[in-house]
Amino acid sequence: MSTTTANHGHGPSGSAPSDGVTRRDMLLIATGAVGAVGVGTVVWPLISSMSPDASTLALSSTEIDISKIEAGQIVTVKWRGNPVFVRHRTPKEIKDAEATPMSDLKDPQTDAQRVQKPEWLIVIGICTHLGCVPLGHDGPFDGWKCPCHGSVYDVSGRIRSGPAPLNLAVPTYAFLTDTKVKIG
Amino acid sequence: MSGASTYVPKNPVLRWFESRLPVVGLVHSSFVVFPNPRNLNYFWTFGGILAFMLVCQIVTGVVLAMHYTPEATLAFASVEHIMRDVNYGWMLRYIHANGASMFFIAVYVHIARGMYYGSYKAPREVLWILGLIIFLLMMATAFMGYVLPWGQMSFWGAKVITSLFSAIPVVGDAITVWLWGGYSVGNATLNRFFSLHYLMPFMIAGVVVLHIWALHVPGSNNPVGVEVKSKKDTLPFHPYFTVKDGLALSVFMVFFAYFVFFIPNYLGHSDNYIEANPLVTPAHIVPEWYFLPYYAMLRAVPSKLGGVCALFGSILILAFMPWLDTSRIRSSNFRPIYRAFLFVFFADVFVLGYCGSQEPQGAIVLVSQVATAWYFIHLLLITPAMGFFETPRQLPASITEAVLGPRMAGGSGAFAAARTAASPSVDG
Ligand code: HEM
Ligand code: FES
Repeated sequence: MSTTTANHGHGPSGSAPSDGVTRRDMLLIATGAVGAVGVGTVVWPLISSMSPDASTLALSSTEIDISKIEAGQIVTVKWRGNPVFVRHRTPKEIKDAEATPMSDLKDPQTDAQRVQKPEWLIVIGICTHLGCVPLGHDGPFDGWKCPCHGSVYDVSGRIRSGPAPLNLAVPTYAFLTDTKVKIG
Repeated sequence: MSGASTYVPKNPVLRWFESRLPVVGLVHSSFVVFPNPRNLNYFWTFGGILAFMLVCQIVTGVVLAMHYTPEATLAFASVEHIMRDVNYGWMLRYIHANGASMFFIAVYVHIARGMYYGSYKAPREVLWILGLIIFLLMMATAFMGYVLPWGQMSFWGAKVITSLFSAIPVVGDAITVWLWGGYSVGNATLNRFFSLHYLMPFMIAGVVVLHIWALHVPGSNNPVGVEVKSKKDTLPFHPYFTVKDGLALSVFMVFFAYFVFFIPNYLGHSDNYIEANPLVTPAHIVPEWYFLPYYAMLRAVPSKLGGVCALFGSILILAFMPWLDTSRIRSSNFRPIYRAFLFVFFADVFVLGYCGSQEPQGAIVLVSQVATAWYFIHLLLITPAMGFFETPRQLPASITEAVLGPRMAGGSGAFAAARTAASPSVDG
């Protein structure tokens, strides 16, 4: 057995190239390279298969009718499995939101950057801390308060206190007509 | 697992088999003649209890899986179907649900035992780290199992815990979407959690084999923490420790059965009998009791990333115990000051557990911050410092001497007091 091994080391005809690279070195590198490519082509599909699938992506827009939402009311609709808050703000709420000084904010954004029409605030109803659904008309700013770890949001959905780092996210949306909004 | 076995079966068929695959010999050398220190106390029976609980969870789990449906619109109803329609379904489910709690009670006692008797010190570092890996896998398994009944606590617990990953800078959000297989916890999440919940107990079983292998290289530590020096210090595993483990397991089973048959929902949360609703968060989210100390640490730090780091750090840091503890004395019985600090540390973990169960308001926030800080101060500062400042008590010369006293031990050594007085030259 040891003789066989020794034979291979020198190549079958004993013609090892002068730079010391044997046929076995070549096979080792070739096998390693094919193996690495093979592992990569199998691992990537495995990882990718766990990402949102085509049927989940297909649900990515929702249309809602806002004509029946009274001033002062918050309606929750479901978009991509998550709640979206549609808040018909009162003139006082709009004034409060617009008057807030930037220096009071942890994630500074003006109210105008967060709405298309001042009466309509549309935000994703997911606390930016760890994903709970905040409760409306609650907390010191009468915006939202999260039941999980106590984050407080104002009437513009901006983070004011608590562990959450960011404002409630604004989804992409468009007013199709005055009473119809398409989210997503 | 401790070297070649000299075992020769009497039965000719077994002898034929043994010469081809020496598995009976392996069991014989590991669990029949294996020499254990003769002074092991009942804290050493929890390893056997843990092995039993793993088997119990796998057996009940596999049968539950025959009746359970991992689909978001059907899962909750299928668990109710198990409870109402399947023969003994209520019992299987209550055994499995309470079994998880018993598993954690046993593992916490087992870990505390290791910390008290310094079992993580050389030459058992790898054994200790393998144990922590089992603990991490157990936590992942229990967390995913709790999601399966698809109640409100299942759903929101899953939401909050998976959202921990969103704290990772830059890629955090992409990772959470990938974990969920959607934009929120949903059917895809439930399905993969079921798959992993089925897989992980078998991974645990694999690591348990390594854990026992690593144990059988140096052998068990013992309450005095002095290594085995002669055959006199040990007793064979069977019948001495099979019976001791068996007795402890029986008592533990009575305790377990009390929960299963009399207070099956005591450790659970009533909100989990409400079906998951992605639009409404329950007023007060709490994890299962065995995660409460970590949950308290998560909430104690007033920053998202910081809280997540404290949570994972609190467990990872335990892997460094063999090097953080600078004392060469294993057993806390001989370390009066460290022992006092260790009891404070255990109390600290209970305080954290209590804080984790309460609403994070007022004094609770402050107490959990102090307790979180103390957890790290104990492990990172007090434990290393103690090795330099503490004067340990004199160790007995051998295990036999500790058990029988110096005279009966056959003069191989003397107890501390007698030794300093009479024979200062004797050294263990
Ligand atoms: C390390 C071992 C295991 C632990 C700690 C564990 C833990 C848990 C927990 C805490 C639950 C939730 C119980 C409830 O509140 O209803 C659960 C549910 C479940 N587990 Fe496991 N489990 C383990 C092994 C297994 C195995 C091996 C299977 C096999 C497939 C399994 C199948 C199930 C099923 C089908 C459910 C859903 C039914 C139910 O909720 O009772 N488990 N598990
Ligand atoms: S999830 Fe809202 S405060 Fe933590």
